[in-house]
Amino acid sequence: MTDTLHTLAEEARKTAYATPLDELNVADVELWRTDTVWPYFERLRHEDPVHLHPQDHHRDGAFWSITRFNDIVSVDTNPEVFSSEPNITLDDHMAEFELPMFISMDPPKHDVQRKTVSPIVSQQNLAGLEPLIRGRIQKTLDELPIGEPFDWVDRVSIELTSQMLATLFDFPFEDRRKLTYWSDMATSEDRTDAEFMQTMMECGGYFTGLWNDRVNAEPKGDLISMLAHGPQTRNMEPMELLGNLILLIVGGNDTTRNTMSGSVHEMHRNPDQRLKLNADPSLIPSMVSETIRWQTPLAYMRRTAKRDVDFGGKTIREGDKVVMWYASGNRDETVIADPDRYIIDRPNVRHHLSFGFGIHRCVGNRLAELQLKILWEEILQRFPQIEVVEASRVRSAFVRGFASMQTVIPRRL
Amino acid sequence: MPKITFIEHSGATHTVDAPAGLSVMEVAVKNGVRGIDADCGGACACATCHVYVAPEWLDKLESKGATEASMLEFADGVEATSRLACQLKVSDVLDGLTVRLPESQH
Repeated sequence: MTDTLHTLAEEARKTAYATPLDELNVADVELWRTDTVWPYFERLRHEDPVHLHPQDHHRDGAFWSITRFNDIVSVDTNPEVFSSEPNITLDDHMAEFELPMFISMDPPKHDVQRKTVSPIVSQQNLAGLEPLIRGRIQKTLDELPIGEPFDWVDRVSIELTSQMLATLFDFPFEDRRKLTYWSDMATSEDRTDAEFMQTMMECGGYFTGLWNDRVNAEPKGDLISMLAHGPQTRNMEPMELLGNLILLIVGGNDTTRNTMSGSVHEMHRNPDQRLKLNADPSLIPSMVSETIRWQTPLAYMRRTAKRDVDFGGKTIREGDKVVMWYASGNRDETVIADPDRYIIDRPNVRHHLSFGFGIHRCVGNRLAELQLKILWEEILQRFPQIEVVEASRVRSAFVRGFASMQTVIPRRL
Repeated sequence: MPKITFIEHSGATHTVDAPAGLSVMEVAVKNGVRGIDADCGGACACATCHVYVAPEWLDKLESKGATEASMLEFADGVEATSRLACQLKVSDVLDGLTVRLPESQH
């Protein structure tokens, strides 16, 4: 597997440097499926860090690529100019099926909706969740087969994140894989508009039932109850409720799931780092941050210019789409030394872009880190080695992740 | 040189030299004070250098900018004395400043 990956990377580098700058398309999902986008970003960072792509680079038209770390921070921290409305992905809205959600709102509405749900990831709440998370991880790991291949994505990453989501929503546990399905459909590049709308309506119908139960009961600590009783959210229109639910599902699903898979993938590819971790488990938090940088499970966020603005020597026009490529900024060698190497004890390891910066910074970042930390504490106590036999990546320039990952655990400790 | 005192959540206290021109966050990081993450490196963009300023010092600090105020809106455990340490520039006026650290950064 390693040799094939190496050859692919070499070929990608040749192609990237042989392609005219104007034809480099970092939104091409094939570059993400094959994990060969990196030399393309390297060229943009070096030669045209604020780069305008032509209309035919995405089905919904032209966009700017921002690829350097510090430029990304500048855009992310300037919501006055770079708006999150109407959408934070490259896709245009379907006019007849708009799903408002606070990730794609500016202040002040964003602020009040975010504050309604953020107590679920407070330090106090996370401390309360820790024993539950650990117990589930222990059980999931103890049930894995030894010496025979299985899909880590399905058996571990999806299983653990769907259980976590079910808890956060107080969602019927036996139906938890519906959450995964809805989340995957919300971010899929390969579905039709009709499939998307039908699935979202099914999701909306299911949650309406839960909402009606919670709104008539005493307030409690799950996300649906928080929204149903929050003064700023209890009167949301049905589509706005659905939009915010999808946001919370996707936010807690793809991201942590793919970082869990990515951690196993990188530990397999870098056995020296695994030995380092085995020898010093106190490196786990640092290893978790490095994996989150390396994986960058959401590769970008989009903003929209609210007015004409000069930026990095270019003039961005009002209404232009501006893409902050977190995945590229996380490989910017002017900010992160030796960025193409996975180094679990690198200095300043938390200084990465994967959670975004500014008012939209990931609200669940501490929960994500907690889940990954416990996962690796428990892995280290069981499995000296996890081999990745075959991995297939998601066809998406937005969700950077694994569709499946065949792994073998040779033996238990 | 001005001196600043950091009190960790555990109660551990560090009084350190604080060169003028650095931020209070940078002083903490350079002196290995635990409990300040400073994920964004001082861009006022993450709220992980949240500190509680001793009340008698509040009036002596430059007031909060709009960005700092909006980042603190989303931090955990915010009180009236909360500030982001990356936005507090050390000068002779701050000689003797005391700040407490929260249980965790968020």
